[in-house]
Amino acid sequence: MRGAVLAGAHFMNGDIAAAEGSIAAGCRFFAGYPITPATEIAERMAERRPEVNGRYIQMEDEIGSMAAILGASAAGMKSMTSTSGPGFSLMMENIGLGAMMEIPCVVMDVQRGGPSTGLPTLVAQQDMMQARWGSHGDYALVAYCPNSPQEMFNLAIQAFNTAEKYRIPTLVMADESIAHMTEKVIIPERESIKLVGRKKPVVTPEQYLPFKPDEDLIPPMALAGEGYSVRMTGLTHDEYGRPAINLAAQTELIPRLSEKIRRHSPEIIKYEETQMEDADVVVLAYGITSRCIRRSVERARKDGVKAGLFRLITAWPFPDEKVKELASKVKAFVVPEINLGQIVHEVERAVSGRIPVIGVTYHGGGLPNPELTYKAIMEVAK
Amino acid sequence: MVLDKALPEQTHARYWRKPLDIDTQKIPRGKVHIIDVRCKECGFCIEFCPKDVLEKSDKFNKKGYNVVRAIKGREDMCIACMHCEDICPEFAIWIEEVKT
Amino acid sequence: MSDLFVEKLEGLEELHPSDKWLRTDMLPHIWCPGCGLGIVLKAYIKAAEKAQLPREKRVVVSGIGCSGRAAGYLNQDSYHTTHGRSIAFATGLKIARPDLNVAVLSGDGDLFAIGGNHFIHAARRNMDIKVFCINNFNYGMTGGQSGPTTPIGAKTTTTPYGGFEHPFNLPWLAATCGAVYVARWTTLDSRRLRDSMAEALVKKGFAFIEIISPCPTGFGRPNKIGSGLDEMKMYMEQWDLKPPNWIIQEGSNPREADITLGKPIVVGKFVDIERPTFLDLYWKILPHKEEHLLNDVEKKQVAGAKA
Repeated sequence: MRGAVLAGAHFMNGDIAAAEGSIAAGCRFFAGYPITPATEIAERMAERRPEVNGRYIQMEDEIGSMAAILGASAAGMKSMTSTSGPGFSLMMENIGLGAMMEIPCVVMDVQRGGPSTGLPTLVAQQDMMQARWGSHGDYALVAYCPNSPQEMFNLAIQAFNTAEKYRIPTLVMADESIAHMTEKVIIPERESIKLVGRKKPVVTPEQYLPFKPDEDLIPPMALAGEGYSVRMTGLTHDEYGRPAINLAAQTELIPRLSEKIRRHSPEIIKYEETQMEDADVVVLAYGITSRCIRRSVERARKDGVKAGLFRLITAWPFPDEKVKELASKVKAFVVPEINLGQIVHEVERAVSGRIPVIGVTYHGGGLPNPELTYKAIMEVAK
Repeated sequence: MVLDKALPEQTHARYWRKPLDIDTQKIPRGKVHIIDVRCKECGFCIEFCPKDVLEKSDKFNKKGYNVVRAIKGREDMCIACMHCEDICPEFAIWIEEVKT
Repeated sequence: MSDLFVEKLEGLEELHPSDKWLRTDMLPHIWCPGCGLGIVLKAYIKAAEKAQLPREKRVVVSGIGCSGRAAGYLNQDSYHTTHGRSIAFATGLKIARPDLNVAVLSGDGDLFAIGGNHFIHAARRNMDIKVFCINNFNYGMTGGQSGPTTPIGAKTTTTPYGGFEHPFNLPWLAATCGAVYVARWTTLDSRRLRDSMAEALVKKGFAFIEIISPCPTGFGRPNKIGSGLDEMKMYMEQWDLKPPNWIIQEGSNPREADITLGKPIVVGKFVDIERPTFLDLYWKILPHKEEHLLNDVEKKQVAGAKA
């Protein structure tokens, strides 16, 4: 019988790799709803459920799925759900609940063409801003962008670790191409996978305050059914978990929810730089786009332009500091994405007009043609 | 004929014969406790007390409500049925069963 | 954990017997004078005591609304979630920790309007959670708007000329969806309610109790019923208690339990049957391969399901 970690080399589909990564990370609860192109994740979790003593439930809708994974996580199980654009929109309210109650969980959004029903079976990257600002109110979270089935595996584990450490719903913003791509995936031995669990309370139940943060701004989390009489609410609350509908409580709580991510962003932010040492033009991309436009960068190099590729692994928090630093060294940014311009605005914001930022928009439904980006690079290098 | 001094209405014989176990059966007695700050003057306990032991007093609590109290002279009428304790939505009244 | 964990309110000389189950630092609670929610809360506390549920095994999940605040007053694990999603949250919680006793305390709008879908699916699956719906015929917290149980002709802020939609017949809905225990009581039946809740808390499967509660601010005033007390008296004149019947599978027909102004409100136990729960079927269909991974609680459940 297969164990939790299928160590070895595999020829594996991106969705399956994401499911395997979650199981290797310790996820034992999955609640989801079928949606193309994320259905395979649910199917794989249902299939593997008995082999790892996991729990699987197909809920009646995505709203219920998100609520159920919060409930399971509150009771102590690492939990996740997977969806695509339409379901992602439905989950927004409860992502906000997870942020407010500081319950760790992972949500995988396999992006497809939108808006609305859009292109169920074709790639796009149109949910990137929604990932950051989708739910109402002020909060912050972490979003990862895998660009290969191997990264689907690796970033699933990373997402769980981040979620548990910072007590925040964490997103994995994949896209349909990566999810449906079949490639070599190497799964390491169980012992070499580092897992992080949530902080447990060290005081007795009488002394425990559910929302009193430690030095690192993260409160230890007590689970349901451990005798701690946990009190959690979606209303603005004080350290005891009591609803406190006033300015003082809001000032105390809400900035901390964003600050706990911002303060730790140096550890959280990850990116990959290729040919960046002497680059004049930086191509900033993520997901499947980063693979397709490697060809543009190589071609530009051959034609005399010193182009480099800056690949985002964490789309959120956005690497402001690094982009500001690059803006003082390079001549221009080129930002290709499969949407009408979302992350490009973040780059523009960080660059603050010092150098040109050219967005290359691809419309959802097909892989980005490297030609367009190449032309943009050559244009801006003049 | 049995006279129970705590119940004024039993001044005349209510039994045509003496029940066999009347000496062993004791009517329960209760002491009314009221937590003033919680009372909200809803009137449920007053209405549903079978022995009419309670009334609204003139005292105001911290929230501005007229607190319930046991009527002077009728405190001993309470038979510890606990109905006021069950029906009070505020957790403001409770009965201590008095052992006789 | 110590059972005497209580935060004393300043100036409080005596402790109410239920105080050890309450978060006394939050009392007096926010509900209006004459509201029946406190009675339901007390019935839950007394029912859980009667059913001898230890504090660390009890979880309450609530939604949004006046009923939703109930979770915040209970001194046990309590989760105050989003509008309508308390049942879905409770489902996840129960599956992760099947040994916990999970109850949902919420209102008629929260459970049956926005949360209707989650209710019918949890009942269909026979999820082992207990749903206590406090029905005050309107959306109280937001000022008294009409809801899925507002009777025809009743006035609310969004039906100023009288309600014109058919309301739900909640016991019939629950029974049809597959709940194994369905009952309806008013807050006047505080003791029958307590006993019924105690039965529901230990019943295996999806138990549903509808509790008709006065709402003098949201429903009583616009419909000129008067105070909370008058609303309770109205139940007294109008209710019609069917003889309690302790034989399983008998009881009044939930089909005839609809509420119309002027018609007697039928209360009592409607359904009390046995049916495999979600986890029973879950463990039954489990392939044998995985048994070495089960902990003791789960092993017992598998054995119970296969029996």
